[in-house]
Amino acid sequence: MKKRFIYADHAATTPVSDAVLQEMLPYFQTHFGNPSSIYAKGRENERAIMDARARVAACLGAQPGEIFFTAGGSESDNWAIKGTAIQLAAQGKKHIITSVFEHHAVLHTCEFLEKQGFSVTYLPVSPEGLIDPADVEKAICEDTALVTIMYANNEIGTIQPIAEIGAICKAHGVLFHTDAVQAVGNVEIDVKAQNIDMLSLSGHKLHAPKGVGALYVRKGIRLPNLIHGGGQEMGRRAGTENVPGIIGLAKAMELATADIPGKIAKLTPLRNKIIDGILKIEQTRLNGDREHRLCGNVNISIVGVEGESLLLMLDNFGVAASSGSACTSGSLDPSHVLLSLGLKHEVAHGSLRLSFGEEFTEEDADYILSVIPQVVDRLRAMSPMWETIVKEGRKLV
Amino acid sequence: MNYSEKVMDHFTNPRNVGEIPDADGIGEVGNAKCGDIMKMYLKIDGTTITDVKFKTFGCGAAVATSSMATEMIKGKSIDDALNLTNKAVMEALDGLPPVKVHCSVLAEQAIKAALSDYYQRQGIDPEPIVGKVPECEECH
Repeated sequence: MKKRFIYADHAATTPVSDAVLQEMLPYFQTHFGNPSSIYAKGRENERAIMDARARVAACLGAQPGEIFFTAGGSESDNWAIKGTAIQLAAQGKKHIITSVFEHHAVLHTCEFLEKQGFSVTYLPVSPEGLIDPADVEKAICEDTALVTIMYANNEIGTIQPIAEIGAICKAHGVLFHTDAVQAVGNVEIDVKAQNIDMLSLSGHKLHAPKGVGALYVRKGIRLPNLIHGGGQEMGRRAGTENVPGIIGLAKAMELATADIPGKIAKLTPLRNKIIDGILKIEQTRLNGDREHRLCGNVNISIVGVEGESLLLMLDNFGVAASSGSACTSGSLDPSHVLLSLGLKHEVAHGSLRLSFGEEFTEEDADYILSVIPQVVDRLRAMSPMWETIVKEGRKLV
Repeated sequence: MNYSEKVMDHFTNPRNVGEIPDADGIGEVGNAKCGDIMKMYLKIDGTTITDVKFKTFGCGAAVATSSMATEMIKGKSIDDALNLTNKAVMEALDGLPPVKVHCSVLAEQAIKAALSDYYQRQGIDPEPIVGKVPECEECH
């Protein structure tokens, strides 16, 4: 098969789309004014940001005044969690509930708060990568300040029962934050119907540029200011606004949420084709539930091969993907997400994540399925681990 | 991860991959839990390493360091192989990213483990000659 270039790492980042770029371009040179300035060039940008705030809010079922622009998902997570902790600690509420497989922006923030005297409950996940809402309810106690559970997992793409968790939190009067960085544009979100109090999102996962994101904060919740200074972002996050980024985010949000059922209908069969195709290779395993799963996410462990080698070889074939191996995580341990599912270290080291977007085609899927068995054969042929497994007739998955 | 061209070359076209069925010494270091296993096969004639093959489960750097190390000892004396340091392997590859230095340590140890096995088969205590080959955990 002729070599193709396939970018299969949309969960890491996405290119800025033409429509988004065109909408942003005037804000670099023509509409360069500071939104806080009094003259027309400033005022028109203030209006543009107001308009963008309303557009982002509409995509989530929120009110414009509930959207705060940030520099991205990690900042939004930090603000929501630390802000709530500071605010509610004054009322003696110093307990936070989260899960073991959150993004590090949430986990490391919670660990930081533990050092500050907060207590944190890390809920387990099922072997399929799903959180049980009953576990959330059981963990809530009198001094629980916040529940923070991700909407969709960034590695294995499992979609959590957010509406159920939201209803439980509401019934117990506990605030509920969700990191929806991977979910926005892939699932229908209505913050009111789902009882979400705070929601983090990031622009560059949905064809807006890097360095822009947002935090939805339900009206009535008062978070401490993130950055003290001027009156931007309703006085909560000072600093002259990233006007082109914000305009780009609004456009990207509109495009990403315009036809979510259409995207799901298009990508789900391709995703399943890839999953089924790779699972034909012996000793492979799908990580994460197949049903409650993002339409563009595939995560499979391939016994006997190591993730980074797999990625480098796939790169030679023009396929850009990701892995949860230790070598790609920058530590000696493989991904905490894969380990949380109960995977053995050696199985987690051989994981492959493919994440794709709307432009993904049947031909791309066929190409990936023609390349992966070759790469796996080659790596297994030189793997002493695979040799031992075959010799001893062991089944690791 | 920024690998040098030499690392990428040795990863993409690894030298001396495989097994030697009648090897005179076999060494295996690392473990699956850490994500790196290297297995080294030596054919020795007198004091000369006449052939060497390897198999590696691990990252790009692990494959490249194994490949380079085999090239550096093939046709050389046992003493030369014993004196091969991880630093020399790294330099031959035009360097490794800091988090990958342990891969070069593993390559050095794989050779030492294979030579230990060789001496053991000869009925010679390898420790005074080869030294102690540390367990994987110790190299981290």
